[in-house]
Amino acid sequence: MTFMQKTLGTVAALALSAGAALADPALVYDLGGKFDKSFNEAAYNGAERWAKETGGSYKDIEMQSEAQREQALRRFAEAGYNPVITTGFSFAEPIKNVAADYPDTKFVNVDGFLPEIPENVLLINFQEHQGSYLVGMLAAMESKSGTVGFVGGMDIPLIRHFACGYAQGAKAVNPDINVIANMTGTTPAAWNDPVKGAELAKAQIGQGADVIYAAAGGTGLGVLQTAADEGIYSIGVDSNQNHLHPGSVLTSMLKRVDNAVYEAMTAGADLETGKFMTLGLAEEGVGYAVDENNSELITDEMTATVEDAKAKIISGDIDVVSYYANDSCPALDF
Amino acid sequence: MDKMPAWADAVLVPLISILIAAVLSALVIAALGMNPFEAFQLMVEGALMKSSGWGYTLYYATNFIFTGLAVAVAFHARMFNIGGEGQAQIGGLGVALACLFIPWPHWSLALIAATLAAALFGAAWAYIPAILQAKRGSHIVITTIMFNFIAAALINYVLVNLLRPAGAMEPATATFPAATSLPTFQQMFSTSETVLFRGSPANITFFIAVAACIGVWLLIWRTRLGYELRAFGFSETGAKYAGISPVKITVVSMLISGALAGLMAINATMGEAERLVLNASEGAGFIGIAVALMGRSHPVGVFLAALLFGFLYQGGAELAFWANIPRELVTVIQALVILFTGALDNLVRWPLERAFLAFRPKGAQ
Repeated sequence: MTFMQKTLGTVAALALSAGAALADPALVYDLGGKFDKSFNEAAYNGAERWAKETGGSYKDIEMQSEAQREQALRRFAEAGYNPVITTGFSFAEPIKNVAADYPDTKFVNVDGFLPEIPENVLLINFQEHQGSYLVGMLAAMESKSGTVGFVGGMDIPLIRHFACGYAQGAKAVNPDINVIANMTGTTPAAWNDPVKGAELAKAQIGQGADVIYAAAGGTGLGVLQTAADEGIYSIGVDSNQNHLHPGSVLTSMLKRVDNAVYEAMTAGADLETGKFMTLGLAEEGVGYAVDENNSELITDEMTATVEDAKAKIISGDIDVVSYYANDSCPALDF
Repeated sequence: MDKMPAWADAVLVPLISILIAAVLSALVIAALGMNPFEAFQLMVEGALMKSSGWGYTLYYATNFIFTGLAVAVAFHARMFNIGGEGQAQIGGLGVALACLFIPWPHWSLALIAATLAAALFGAAWAYIPAILQAKRGSHIVITTIMFNFIAAALINYVLVNLLRPAGAMEPATATFPAATSLPTFQQMFSTSETVLFRGSPANITFFIAVAACIGVWLLIWRTRLGYELRAFGFSETGAKYAGISPVKITVVSMLISGALAGLMAINATMGEAERLVLNASEGAGFIGIAVALMGRSHPVGVFLAALLFGFLYQGGAELAFWANIPRELVTVIQALVILFTGALDNLVRWPLERAFLAFRPKGAQ
């Protein structure tokens, strides 16, 4: 390598890093807030991992009101952030409204849905029902009482989608199993009400549940706490929550929002957009968490059964019905 | 003279309260290791120094004017309507139904219909607590706050099960037809050379809010109904003796209050979101209480207090965007203002009153 080449290489590298600094990615969290130990925090973890590995920096912000969604998107696009990554389905419409005004900015949304996707927008969805199916199987295998519980956050289709996969999984193991499903509330406060979560968990324990799956953001922390206090098992959601109560949290349904954010930030301005990306078991977008905190709870037999089901879901031999397919669930009534 | 002059009561007390709140907020910001002056500068620049900032400030203010007036009208009849939140959400349902299911040829017709629908739905939601209070004595504070939750549950049910477009994950209605889109300040005030209010949600509803201020002033101080309302507020037994029906005044004042709260939905649902989303009222119903308290239940005061809270909302957002401060701090600042202007009113009023009495001119007894 000649001196010239070296110099050119250095200049090119400098130019590249300078360009990257101009186009830092931005991350916008939904109303639940950055540190919800769950969905938004998973996005934050992905961004932190990216920042640590690349030494890059990013801008992030938490929402306070509905009108701020579009405002945040516009302000970040105008300030030159690229890509602008958002978490939560509520960003889909605001993105649709602003995307055309900023054709050079790439917008990413996790969980959203749009009938037509603009050129510079990437929508990422997770097959939560598949992951929930697997933890439903684990719950049914662990349960001795024949009753398992589900505590959801707000009663919206997304959470029914989680509950539906869970109930199908539980019934695949034990067709006679009793699945109790409760939603915390009908206002956004339902995402952050650990006290109510604890009360619902106690009520479900009173009805005989000995494994409870919480898909309720911050409310789930109350469910996990109660399960630990009452000596039953719980299942965490989105992030790996096994470490919160080792020995009591049976497993966590992983939704790898962190990977999605990490990859979007890594791709940076070269991100492929204009499409819908679905991450399921095959792409390891969803799954169940096994680590040192719960390895003693999950027996080899349980692992074998779940892994077998996982392979069958990927190959298409098992069809986990999505709640969205016709807005109803074959295994559970709401 | 045993009181301080009216101008001091209306201007000085709120100003000093805001000042105390500002000083305390500055201390909190400083304690977190940031420069409070820079933070304040960010808020002012973001909210007041450019037209798009004003666009957001006025958008929030419009919401607060409606909910503030709603609380103020009820206050005059000594009724504490804290159900503005639910009434506004149900008003949003009225707007959504009017916009989604009737093919309007022009936005002006749609606006008239949506205004009527919002007022009607909001009033209907306030009617039940009102009639329970008037006929059964169920306390309006309890019933209106409970109706907030019932409204939230109802909207949730309607959005998830009835009005959600097929395939959509978000519990929200479809976007309203383009013909119902209200003119925004950007469309109204931009010229071909300069774009004003770019991208901001302030819209024609602001002028309806101003009209509502004038309407409420006329109603309270220039009509017989307003007189009855105030008489009832001063003394229920006195009003009864004068032949004013408590049932009628309770119900009518709550209907007006509910209608005003419902009108907020034209701004938030029809003007901004152009579809009905969950939690469309976003706490504006509760902010309305602070706005009415601070504005002394007078439309002019409500208007100014709403502007202040609009500034706090938009300035707070700018702070969160560019200063990397946690959003909880923005809430703390807003809460301090509410605390001092609303709840701790007498903290400022009593010393001020004493000061005025001490320095009054001799012989002015």
